[in-house]
Amino acid sequence: MEIIKTNNLTKKFNGFTAVDHISFSVLKEEIFGFLGPNGAGKTTTIKMLTTLLYPTEGSAVLTGFDILKKRDKVRKHIGVVFQEPALDTELTGKENLDFHARMYGLDKENRKKRIAEVLKLVDLEDKKDVLVKNYSGGMKRRLEIARGLMHYPTVLFLDEPTLGLDAQTRRAIWEYIKKMNKEEKTTIFLTTHYMDEADYLCDRVGIIDRGKILVIDSTNNLKNAIGNDVITLSCSELDELAKRLEKESWIKNVKQHDTFLTLGVKKGEEKIPVIFEIARNLNITIKSISVRKPTLDDVFLHFTGRIMRDQEKKETNTQNIPPMLRSRRK
Amino acid sequence: MDITESQAIYIMWLRQMKRFIRSRGRLVGTIVQPLFFLVILGSGLRSAVMPGMMGDDYLSFLAPGIIAMAILFSSMFTGISVLWDKQFGFLQEVLVAPVSRFSIIIGRTLGGATTALIQGFIILFIAFGLGVPIAGISGLMLTIVFMVLSAFTAVGFGLVIASKMENFQAFQLIMNLVIMPLLFLSSAFFPIATNPDMPSIVSQVSFFNPLFYMVDGIRGSLTGINNVLNPLVDLVVVLGICIFMLGLGSYLFSKSEI
Repeated sequence: MEIIKTNNLTKKFNGFTAVDHISFSVLKEEIFGFLGPNGAGKTTTIKMLTTLLYPTEGSAVLTGFDILKKRDKVRKHIGVVFQEPALDTELTGKENLDFHARMYGLDKENRKKRIAEVLKLVDLEDKKDVLVKNYSGGMKRRLEIARGLMHYPTVLFLDEPTLGLDAQTRRAIWEYIKKMNKEEKTTIFLTTHYMDEADYLCDRVGIIDRGKILVIDSTNNLKNAIGNDVITLSCSELDELAKRLEKESWIKNVKQHDTFLTLGVKKGEEKIPVIFEIARNLNITIKSISVRKPTLDDVFLHFTGRIMRDQEKKETNTQNIPPMLRSRRK
Repeated sequence: MDITESQAIYIMWLRQMKRFIRSRGRLVGTIVQPLFFLVILGSGLRSAVMPGMMGDDYLSFLAPGIIAMAILFSSMFTGISVLWDKQFGFLQEVLVAPVSRFSIIIGRTLGGATTALIQGFIILFIAFGLGVPIAGISGLMLTIVFMVLSAFTAVGFGLVIASKMENFQAFQLIMNLVIMPLLFLSSAFFPIATNPDMPSIVSQVSFFNPLFYMVDGIRGSLTGINNVLNPLVDLVVVLGICIFMLGLGSYLFSKSEI
């Protein structure tokens, strides 16, 4: 069942297109992630879906309600954890939760019960009467996640849930997110620019860049798309070797970057000697080579083409090559 | 009105009360400033005779003006503090809740008006203590009505500014270029309309100053002396301004995006 379905959702700010005709759906009880660099349009998408911004074009349906026509109904069924903390720091943790509960119309009994429940979920029971301004960054995040869950939302939006947190706290937050997805059956839509986060948490990932969705699939399928193993190698004549390797049918894909090549292959260990053989025949010396399982980094690189060879850098490199070698390349 | 909306209004109000009580600095600051005006200016010039002033007690002329000033500043601050919520992100939490924008504004306005009234009453009691006469119980009641309406108007004005402004720099500008001149030309500190030394154009223009009607209304109903218009005439004008300001503030606030 589709919890979120967008249709050509678009947002323009003074002619700049932040979100460009995106269409996707999020399924019930899954953890769906938007992965993309800063400024890709992730937060703008969330703000439109949570009724804080009006789309310039297109529409979306959340939990069966149109985000333009049934704004109040949509708001009732969603929880949001914003990128920047949205807590009242002059109130205590419990008061923040109480504020939220009343805004969502929970009755007295429900409020009491639910506040205790969510505080337990994020382990903040002993800090509930402390003013939020005295909380650490991680505690604030946990309190916000707890607050987002207060009113039993069907879908919870998390905008960069672990931005600016230390490694240990991040892992703890991940566990809370997994826990609530499992225990509360909450559908989760999160955005992140951390590959490991998307990899660890998400069932399905959409890669977004410059306002457009490049691909949506399960993390496993995305990784398989570039081969079971990734071979990274650097050598003296990248262009030449890349051209030669592209002819080999056992290589799923060849990508050339500034100073290295990545190859998607099966059984990478066995292919290393073959590659050396090919290189030797071309009189190319391989400086280094490694085999590893693909990560979302590779996926991201593959689909966005970022960090890939950019023209300007290549030109300066060419000039650095001694004239003799350059002529030989022609 | 359904339960959710009234509960939302209540919690919006309660939040403001908690914040108000917890920030002692604000509490002290907003009372001390008008108190300085009242005590120092009032006592220092007590036996001075102002041109256009009736009676011979400057303090009882000044007290209603200072009460109005305290209420206006405090309520305007409430309206503008929406900007704080915007900057600290809390406004998003409020706007994403399934509560109508109207209830959010009502809650905020009631909260701001309550804090402003508390401050207004403190000044009022101090004025009594200093010997400012009151016209009677019905006059006092009418004074409270004026105080409430002035507070609502100023919250509305604050909302207008907060909806149109992105940061606090503009706030300082508006205080200096709009509020201070309006306050000086409201006859809060000295008579304007009845002042023979004032150029007649200034006296006439002062009738277009919304603050004038608030100050004059409080003055007429509280002390019953030195007022230019009948307090009931002031009441009608202030009511009209209040509805307009609050309406405009609500409209702009509900249209603003994050």
